[in-house]
Amino acid sequence: MIDIDKIRKDFPILSRKVNGKPLVYFDNAATSQTPQQVIDVIVDYYQNYNANIHRGVHSLSQEATDAYEEAREKIRAHFNVKHKEEIIFTAGTTHGINLVANGFSSLIKKGDEVLVSALEHHSNIVPWQMLCERTGAKLKVIPMTQEGELDKLAFAELFTEKTKLVFVNHVSNALGTINPIKEIIAKAKEVGAAVLLDGAQAAPHIKADVQVLDVDFYVVSAHKMCGPTGVGILYGKKDWLEKLPPYQGGGEMIDQVTFEKTTYAGLPHKFEAGTPNICGGIAFGVALDYMNEIGFDKIAAYEHELLVYGTQELLKIEGLRIYGTSAEKTAVISFNIEGLHPYDIGTIVDKLGVAVRTGHHCAQPIMDYYKIPGTVRASFSFYNTKEEIDVLVESVKKAKMMLS
Amino acid sequence: MESIKNIQEEIVDEFSMFEDWMQRYEYMIDLGKSLPLIDESHKIEENLIKGCQSKVWLNAELNDDKVVFTADSDAIITKGIVAILIRSFTNQKPQAIIDADTHFIDEIGLKEHLSPTRANGLVSMVKQIKMYALAYQAKLN
Repeated sequence: MIDIDKIRKDFPILSRKVNGKPLVYFDNAATSQTPQQVIDVIVDYYQNYNANIHRGVHSLSQEATDAYEEAREKIRAHFNVKHKEEIIFTAGTTHGINLVANGFSSLIKKGDEVLVSALEHHSNIVPWQMLCERTGAKLKVIPMTQEGELDKLAFAELFTEKTKLVFVNHVSNALGTINPIKEIIAKAKEVGAAVLLDGAQAAPHIKADVQVLDVDFYVVSAHKMCGPTGVGILYGKKDWLEKLPPYQGGGEMIDQVTFEKTTYAGLPHKFEAGTPNICGGIAFGVALDYMNEIGFDKIAAYEHELLVYGTQELLKIEGLRIYGTSAEKTAVISFNIEGLHPYDIGTIVDKLGVAVRTGHHCAQPIMDYYKIPGTVRASFSFYNTKEEIDVLVESVKKAKMMLS
Repeated sequence: MESIKNIQEEIVDEFSMFEDWMQRYEYMIDLGKSLPLIDESHKIEENLIKGCQSKVWLNAELNDDKVVFTADSDAIITKGIVAILIRSFTNQKPQAIIDADTHFIDEIGLKEHLSPTRANGLVSMVKQIKMYALAYQAKLN
């Protein structure tokens, strides 16, 4: 079991009030909160060793470089990446996806097919649409079912020798469904297609081993896993990263520059143009330490308990429907109440101190599938409690009473 | 004809009777529920203002020298605020609408609903009201 009282004390924000009520933070799928350990390292960086990395001979620059590279090593170990240079620091998941989509422009041609799933976040749809527009490749969609799962019957047929790339989120942000990534990767291998997994929603709950998965690309954001915003990583197999052209030009990513020709630096620097989010990268490493110290197995078990409890309690409210009822899901409950608009429910529960997300969650195709304008999404983290779920349930009941 | 300023002061007075947010919101929800805001035939794509969170439909017509607004929303709290805004701006001369502001929304404690980042369609609705007033003003001259 995890020591919930001790954990909650690590997060200063959890003791604040919102609209005069104790904060109940259930918008963890949008961004997670930050423990004091991570806040401390951010302060320490700016107080003691703020300097640009990889280029100064002075001591401060060396300290910052060492700390940044140490973070890369922690991330490597966490995801069981084979080579450290296969970890590219990015500004976040969206940046990582765009980097790959842009790179594939020169590797994809007309007639090729690109597969995405119906459960994607807009950030894992739009870059591929843009890629297809640039190259003339065809975008195909793996359909979903009423349960909010990918349609396994349909998806086998979609993989053909024309399929060159497959993009799926490991976990759906809107519904919490854990996708059958092993099967998808296996199918893709059969036809020789590359696979990119959007791990933004999975990484806070599931420790992915990229070598066991044998996945080509995996992208995550630090701010969903107790780290700061504006930093994330792209994991890519070395062979792919060497094949892809650089995404942005600038300092740090070059080997030799003349006006006639520039030769690029090796991995990972080829993809890390400009001064990166140094402090963010270091803090990301500390956030991973923090979560690993608690243990991902324990985190997953505890969050599952919250999911089961929350599902059971919310379903007691008459007229409440949960979207995404897969047996395989993270602690996300996306719901509506018959006859009520999610925006209204979200507004009232906020007045009662409960932070939930409302709307289409940047996943309009899912909302179109269910023919709804959006949902109310409560997403739990390991620092949440059953008592907080009780507050959510009471708040939703109150909203229902006021709005009906 | 009552001036926009007077109407807005009336609304502020009404809201000042409430002791807490819950009463304010209950009143607003009632306003949203009770007003037949727009003719179904006007709930069309051209009149739709898309917000990320909720939708607003706004229709405007010129009646002699005054602009008559009708509107609706798919979310009831948004609709309540729509009702308040319509009450304040409808049946007024274009120039009066152009000159008016929406500070009264802050005074009645609903400021967050008129935030540009709220994406509920209300900020765009106020802009659209002003645009209609400008267009009709040009037409009248």
